[in-house]
Amino acid sequence: MSPLEIVGQIVLRFLPVWIGLAAIFVPSILFRRRLGPYGKLMENRVGQIGLGLVLFWVLAAFFADLIITSNPLDQVSGMKNALPGTAIPDRPGAFYLLGGDNLARDVFSRMVMGSRTVLAIAPAATLFAYMAGFMLGLPAGYFGGRFDTVFSFAANLVLAFPVILLFYLLVTPEIRASGIPILAAAILFLFPIAFFVLLIGARFSADPHKLVLYLGITLVLGLWVYSGLAFNADPLGVFAMDPNRLNIFVSVVFVNMPVVFRIVRGLAMEIRTRDYIAAAQTRGESSWYIMLWEILPNARGPLIVDFCLRIGYTTILLGTLGFFGLGVSPESPDWGTTINDGRKLLSVYPHPALPPALALMSLVLGLNLLADGLREQALKD
Amino acid sequence: MGWFLLKRVGLMLLTAFCLTFIVFALTNLQPNLEKMAKTLVNTRMSDEEVARWLTRYGYEQPVLVRYGEWLGVMPGWTGSDENGKPIGRCLNPDIAPEDAPRFCGVLQGNLGYSTVFKAPVKAIIAERLALTGWLMLWVMIVMVPTALIIGVLAGMREGSRLDRGLSIFSIATTATPEYVSGVVFISVLASSAVGLQWFKGSAASAMEHMTFENFTLPVLTMALYGMGYIARMTRASMAEVMTAQFIRTAHLKGLSFGTVVVRHALRNALIAPFTVIMLQFPWLLTGVVIVESLFGYKGFGWTLVRAADNNDIELLLSCSLVAVVIVLLTQLISDIGYVYLNPRMRVA
Repeated sequence: MSPLEIVGQIVLRFLPVWIGLAAIFVPSILFRRRLGPYGKLMENRVGQIGLGLVLFWVLAAFFADLIITSNPLDQVSGMKNALPGTAIPDRPGAFYLLGGDNLARDVFSRMVMGSRTVLAIAPAATLFAYMAGFMLGLPAGYFGGRFDTVFSFAANLVLAFPVILLFYLLVTPEIRASGIPILAAAILFLFPIAFFVLLIGARFSADPHKLVLYLGITLVLGLWVYSGLAFNADPLGVFAMDPNRLNIFVSVVFVNMPVVFRIVRGLAMEIRTRDYIAAAQTRGESSWYIMLWEILPNARGPLIVDFCLRIGYTTILLGTLGFFGLGVSPESPDWGTTINDGRKLLSVYPHPALPPALALMSLVLGLNLLADGLREQALKD
Repeated sequence: MGWFLLKRVGLMLLTAFCLTFIVFALTNLQPNLEKMAKTLVNTRMSDEEVARWLTRYGYEQPVLVRYGEWLGVMPGWTGSDENGKPIGRCLNPDIAPEDAPRFCGVLQGNLGYSTVFKAPVKAIIAERLALTGWLMLWVMIVMVPTALIIGVLAGMREGSRLDRGLSIFSIATTATPEYVSGVVFISVLASSAVGLQWFKGSAASAMEHMTFENFTLPVLTMALYGMGYIARMTRASMAEVMTAQFIRTAHLKGLSFGTVVVRHALRNALIAPFTVIMLQFPWLLTGVVIVESLFGYKGFGWTLVRAADNNDIELLLSCSLVAVVIVLLTQLISDIGYVYLNPRMRVA
């Protein structure tokens, strides 16, 4: 296949993604005036490109089964380090669009499948880090005092660790054997439940009927997911997380948590001096109501921007973990692992390492551009 | 200033103390110790043999006691091996057991013995750190001026086309971690597949003899990732300064744009980036590990990976100690520097 044909084929394979992108972008641009802040983003070129890149990978991960040309784990004899566009011997009309890696697997399919691993972990891990950051950072900033001193010290402690050292200490089979990840997960995964319980509790404390109903729903759902994710003991078997992935997940949340804590704490300290907080205090609102329903919504601008950036940073962290072969199975098609596999023969066969590297970069770039677009919009208002 | 310094140093020592204890506890978890015993003696040891070995070599004491020994505030353990010969933490074949010191930990300048490199940890660390020092030096020489120039150029006329272009460039570099840019650089500039081969894809030869050919790619790879962040901070600070009253006054006095930027804005705009550059060190440390592994440059980062992969406890502990001290020292310098540079900041 000529280079042009390869590009054409790849573009064609991504057809579901293009359709999905069109289905999202055309109405968004047409109705941007009626879509509020989201529509405003559509008027910002940088934000648009960023959103496009992010959505591209989200859709690619969603439609991965339709896009891939071969099974990402299949090894085809004779395709070891095959150059891009090589035809598969036994399957007429089938190609390794981006060549084969050193175990004769399809680089293109692995790259597409790799987006699933990243997008399954990065946004969720960032979200959990945010929940924990809210639950600790809001009281630390709002009350100050000893609670603040202790947790600020702990946050600085974690931040003084070089990330890579922390990963080498936390993501090992020995740590998994010791049960620390499960313990950490048991604590970390309580934060989201506590967050929603307090959120609802503070809002509906005057309305016992709604309070009981909403709290009941939250607790049932929350504890169901909790049992599955933290202890792998979901009675219905819907939510499950294998120990490797749990280890990675917990470590990534742990690394992000102190940074989020500091941001939230700083915002809470700033906002608590505003007049509407004093008004709420005078009304006799509870502290958690003020923190979750007064401070948090007013801090959303910087938090949303940072959330985007942080997903990108988490993606980079996951890549780093894969690059050092930590936690993931060697078969895994995630981008970091594939880059690591490909780098050994880089100066002779660069094609297995380049696609995942560029894929990772484009996703992070998309998130950073999106954050930049959002920031610019926020500054304009 | 004296009180401020004292408080900072005290907090720093407390942090270092906590961090090393955490690392110590994590590396000395029971499964880690068992793995180490098996790699050191015999992979097919039975569980009882492992337990006996660990007891004989002082690993069965409580973690706090052993941390004290490592730190040098508790006397080192002593015992005897299977032949009845005296062994102990502070004993070594060169001196008679009676003359050996009772305490031998970090405070006595003893960092232990590396099981991977079969050499004293102190010598290894010193040698590797020197190699990494060169890498860092060149990274700083390339990264800091470039980032500052990009930031100042982008920030001096906010919203201009130059600003847009440079900002996109900075965003792109922060989105490109070392393992991506390194892979791209090697594939494009050093591989036989593309055929340019301007540089070498390995920096192993740079350890003895640094040349433009073998050292450019690692330095560039590392500098690129950190550059964007510093540039963006500089830009933000520069843009803020450019809207200040005294800049308007300088404009109204009839000074040229160049003079205003260089003589009035620059100094004020560079205070914030100074802190950022200093706080960049912990981040660079991760970069060092990635770049040194990727390019085969056997410095500090490479040593850390070897130590962690082989569960070389004492080497890993010393690596973390060095890393933590570097991070905390740069934080301290950044705090002090900030106070000195910024006349508006006065320490009570």
